Amino acid sequence: MAAEAISRALRDGALEGEHAPALTIKDSIHAPLGAFVFDHILAQLSSNISSSKSQAQLRIVDCYTDPLGWKSQLAESGIVSNRSTQNATTASLCKNARDLDMLFSSIVELGKEVIRETKGRFAVAIDSVSEILRHASISSAASLLSNLRSHDQVACLFWLFHSDLHEMKASSALEYISSMVACVEPISNTTNGKGMNSENLPLIEQNLGRGKFSVRFKRRNGRIRLMSEELHTEQMGINFVPAFEDYVTSQSLVPKVQFSLQLSEKERNDRAKVVLPFEHQGDGKPIQIYDGRRSVSESKTENKETNAEKMHVNEDSGRGEIIYIRDSDDEMPDSDEDPDDDLDI
Amino acid sequence: MMSSNSANNLLDEALGFNDDGGGGGGGLLLLIEDRVETSGAFILHHLIKRRLSSPNRPNDVVVFLSFAHPFSHYDRILRKMGCNLGVQKENKRFVYYDMLNLNYPDGEKGAEDLLLSVYGKIQKTVELCSSREGYKNSTIMIDDISLMEVALCGSSNLVLDFLHYCYSLATQFDCLVIILNHEDVYSTMDVPSPLLQMEYLANIVIKAEPLATGLATDVHGQLTVLNKGICQGSGCSKGKIRNFHFRVKENCVEYFYPGSRT
Repeated sequence: MAAEAISRALRDGALEGEHAPALTIKDSIHAPLGAFVFDHILAQLSSNISSSKSQAQLRIVDCYTDPLGWKSQLAESGIVSNRSTQNATTASLCKNARDLDMLFSSIVELGKEVIRETKGRFAVAIDSVSEILRHASISSAASLLSNLRSHDQVACLFWLFHSDLHEMKASSALEYISSMVACVEPISNTTNGKGMNSENLPLIEQNLGRGKFSVRFKRRNGRIRLMSEELHTEQMGINFVPAFEDYVTSQSLVPKVQFSLQLSEKERNDRAKVVLPFEHQGDGKPIQIYDGRRSVSESKTENKETNAEKMHVNEDSGRGEIIYIRDSDDEMPDSDEDPDDDLDI
Repeated sequence: MMSSNSANNLLDEALGFNDDGGGGGGGLLLLIEDRVETSGAFILHHLIKRRLSSPNRPNDVVVFLSFAHPFSHYDRILRKMGCNLGVQKENKRFVYYDMLNLNYPDGEKGAEDLLLSVYGKIQKTVELCSSREGYKNSTIMIDDISLMEVALCGSSNLVLDFLHYCYSLATQFDCLVIILNHEDVYSTMDVPSPLLQMEYLANIVIKAEPLATGLATDVHGQLTVLNKGICQGSGCSKGKIRNFHFRVKENCVEYFYPGSRT
């Protein structure tokens, strides 16, 4: 399952000589379930950490309460009371969300504090990068994430991102930095893709509680692995279920015409059994050359073809077979060379 | 068919409001989106009356930032609805900020300082109110966001910053923030619009739109209420959408499901 694979990858942390695994959780206003996925991943990671070592400790860099320092300024000038800027002891208050260098230092400092006794590594969760991009450019945000990813004490990191709030280049930049991209999409596509008209309402409501969850894993060797499933919101969190058959989806992509464009199961199996006619991949039988003087018994079983290469399908055994008879010895055996290679255009 | 004079109408039910005019507190942001053809101002007026008229909530306060109209405009309308804003203002239950006639400085820095001082006044009011006995909820209302943006030299960033701070105040002091914005002002933007940011921020979005069939005498438009649901310790409630029609009359508004009017 995709969600479990993500949790495993984050829990396992950085491979030797590699940067920390990084996950982007991406959603949009039409599938606003990214926050649920974020909470789920955070809970899974905490429970994974707790089960292997001592209790997982959570430290918060609070960029929500006073991101621009307004409340602090007002408290200092005596206009408001100071109590609104006091936080729980586990939170470090950020008063300038525009300064990402300071933010990086705060994160690393808190992280080191957490792992001081265990001498391990710490994980970083950011809710959300869309908020960071309200106060900083994409290049400085990307730089922050890259620096965290390459820090030798960061085990893994993940962040939430609302793709429709930003331009494509921001989305692409974040995906390049990530080793995993989890995308939440609407389970039902509304007509015109927008608008709360009466036809769309049941679909929009459905999208508030269910979504498609697709994950792209970037392997070390550069290969990509794709997984997808569905997610449903429940009373106490979310639940991941296997996607409704991808086969059904692919069926729906075939144009609806009167002829059959798909293969049946039997046809698929028969095709798989056909031995290819290339001579160098042959089945050990001697190569035959057509000399125009074939026996009567052979000619009865042949199709009437006008070109020199004759193909014959043996229908006796029910196994597909192609018999290739070369015209003459002058004809070179099939090879992998391109016959047009000697063209000088 | 229900009028806004009855205990709870379709709009109140869709918003999750209680019979005593309460509910809808606990740190929520309600976004009203309207258009030129269907003004959503009547929703603001209805909510002002609800928040001020509930007998079980004598200390609740409505902080109102007006960029659109003078106080006399709201006073006249609410009087017809049976609510005396002048008295409420004297009793400090309706705190009115005339943002129209403020001296707006040039430049973004000057505008930020001004916003900071306005926010400071709001925070002080809400803090004072919350310390009183019997306090339940405060309400912060802004009419309207697009004019606020104009006043701040077109800086949607400053508007969003201000909204963020109001929302954080709401979560701290159990307030309800209600903002009105015009959907058609942003419809031609190529880049992601600030309205989308507000839709993400909001817990409840009310859209006032014309009927698909156009103008009519008996039905003035339709309301679609998207309530994203609340997450609390006991779990999350599911998001819901309601759609119904409305008709604005002289002293009240009627709400009804399509086809249910006799």
